[in-house]
Amino acid sequence: MNLHAIKAIYRTEMTRMMRTVVQSIVAPVLSTSLYFVIFGAAIGSRITEIDGISYGAFIVPGLIMLSIMTESISNSSFAIYFPKFTGTIFELLSAPISFVEVLLGYVGAAATKSVIIGLIILGTASFFVTIDIAHPVIMMLFLVLISVSFSLFGFILGVWADGWEKLTIVPILVIMPLTFLGGTFYSISMLPPAWQTISLFNPVVYLISGFRWSFYENSDVAVAISLGMVLGFLLLCLIAVWWIFKSGYKLRS
Amino acid sequence: MQPIISIKGLTKTYEGGFQALKEVSLDINRGEIFGLLGPNGAGKTTLINIVCGIVTKTTGSVTVDGFDIVDDYRQTRSRIGLVPQELPTETFETPWNVARFSRGLFGKPENPGHIEKVLKSLSLWEKRNEKIMMLSGGMKRRVLIAKALAHEPEILFLDEPTAGVDVELRQDMWSVVRSLRESGVTVILTTHYIEEAEQLADRVGVINHGKIILVEEKNRLMREFGKKQLVLQLTDCLAVVPPELDDYELELSESGCELTYHYDTKQDHTGITALLAALRTAGIKFNDLSTSQSSLEEIFVGLVNQEA
Ligand SMILES: Nc1ncnc2c1ncn2[C@@H]1O[C@H](COP(=O)(O)OP(=O)(O)OP(=O)(O)O)[C@@H](O)[C@H]1O
Ligand SMILES: [Mg+2]
Repeated sequence: MNLHAIKAIYRTEMTRMMRTVVQSIVAPVLSTSLYFVIFGAAIGSRITEIDGISYGAFIVPGLIMLSIMTESISNSSFAIYFPKFTGTIFELLSAPISFVEVLLGYVGAAATKSVIIGLIILGTASFFVTIDIAHPVIMMLFLVLISVSFSLFGFILGVWADGWEKLTIVPILVIMPLTFLGGTFYSISMLPPAWQTISLFNPVVYLISGFRWSFYENSDVAVAISLGMVLGFLLLCLIAVWWIFKSGYKLRS
Repeated sequence: MQPIISIKGLTKTYEGGFQALKEVSLDINRGEIFGLLGPNGAGKTTLINIVCGIVTKTTGSVTVDGFDIVDDYRQTRSRIGLVPQELPTETFETPWNVARFSRGLFGKPENPGHIEKVLKSLSLWEKRNEKIMMLSGGMKRRVLIAKALAHEPEILFLDEPTAGVDVELRQDMWSVVRSLRESGVTVILTTHYIEEAEQLADRVGVINHGKIILVEEKNRLMREFGKKQLVLQLTDCLAVVPPELDDYELELSESGCELTYHYDTKQDHTGITALLAALRTAGIKFNDLSTSQSSLEEIFVGLVNQEA
């Protein structure tokens, strides 16, 4: 294991995050605050409560999920796509490192960043509403697992993409709708029965539900199923990565 | 002595079906500067990229320091530094940071002293904290060299190190390459400037259409292939070359005042002594003489044309 290499990649990625602090930290904080103003204040004044939780507090876990999913994907896909685009990938290919080390460096950094952003949003939200966390350990577990799996997913996307279009279209076309329809702003039980069934095919529903359970012990689906879904998604990404690794897919000619 | 790089029967067929390398076999000796020459598209970059791990080979084998480039890639790659032909750089980073990154990537523990030494030797020290995108093209190339040297490689590949570089910088690069060789680094460089190979290389390989057509010590190459000519400035101009000198196949210039004699350095008897004696007998006097030798460039062009 080339530990120096993992460290070098990780540190460079984290430094980049510090350098682009406005873009990487201020932006999610700002957009969360906006969500609070728009949804919390405007809609919250009508809905007031869902399942005994104030609407403002209810949307917090979903908002955190929304941010860490999009941040994880965009950060790690960009991190590996950019060297491909500029040509600096030659150095990764010619270095005495395996794909696993590259992965640990990039995905590790992207996931770390997502966890930090998640916690910052949590802190920001606590200025607007009172938040109780019933199961902090499980909350962290969800936060870390989801950050890691979506960073992995982003990494795969970045390796696969051969143009900026592909890089941006997946988050916009797939992830955005899934998260917005995933129960961030409402409880699935509020939907008509047919839509409730359809929603159960949306994996993001499970992620948000499980994460929300760790806050309020209130969920659309059983928390064990949620955790199972997260682990399943993680496994799926790992298999995809393993396949990329085996085939040298698109990286070496 | 065991060669530091040993390439055997290497072929490369790209995805589209184009065969860029055809059964290439080549040994690189420890500590030498090897110049790889060849026209555009000959396969130079492909060859280098395979040894460095950027391109996968189709068949054949390559060993570096006795290690196989596929099975023992960690061993082989950690010994190699590469300066690529293109200039891909991390535009928002600084020379210091990218050099430090490269060192880590190649598995070496931090050593700010070494990075400092490398940056200084490439006159990059003053610019170490500037964004790379603010640097000139020549400076960017130096940054790439600094990255390649950051992990103290035993072997350095320079893929056209001086393309688009001004005369002064080229001289600088040459002296960097020479001092690397003095410190025991093996250098393999490709170039379009024959002058560069002539100045730097200990041995020269010529590749064309994916085949190595010649590998030779540079001096020997120039001796063997180098036709020499002797030019005599005559005191009294001639109208024709006297028939008794026919054997020497002399060329008379248009003015009639210059005689040129071609000879081959390979032969034991260049015929110069005999020619001079014959000239004296014929009563032809000259007031000056000079010899010249064909350059590596002429040899190269000759070889490649022969091949085609
Ligand atoms: N990725 C690729 N896919 C298909 N063909 C390629 C690829 N890379 C190079 N080639 C082809 O392989 C041949 C050799 O290319 P290579 O870059 O090795 O040449 P070169 O000797 O370095 O040329 P130059 O002096 O222009 O740098 C060329 O005909 C090129 O078009
Ligand atoms: Mg080339």
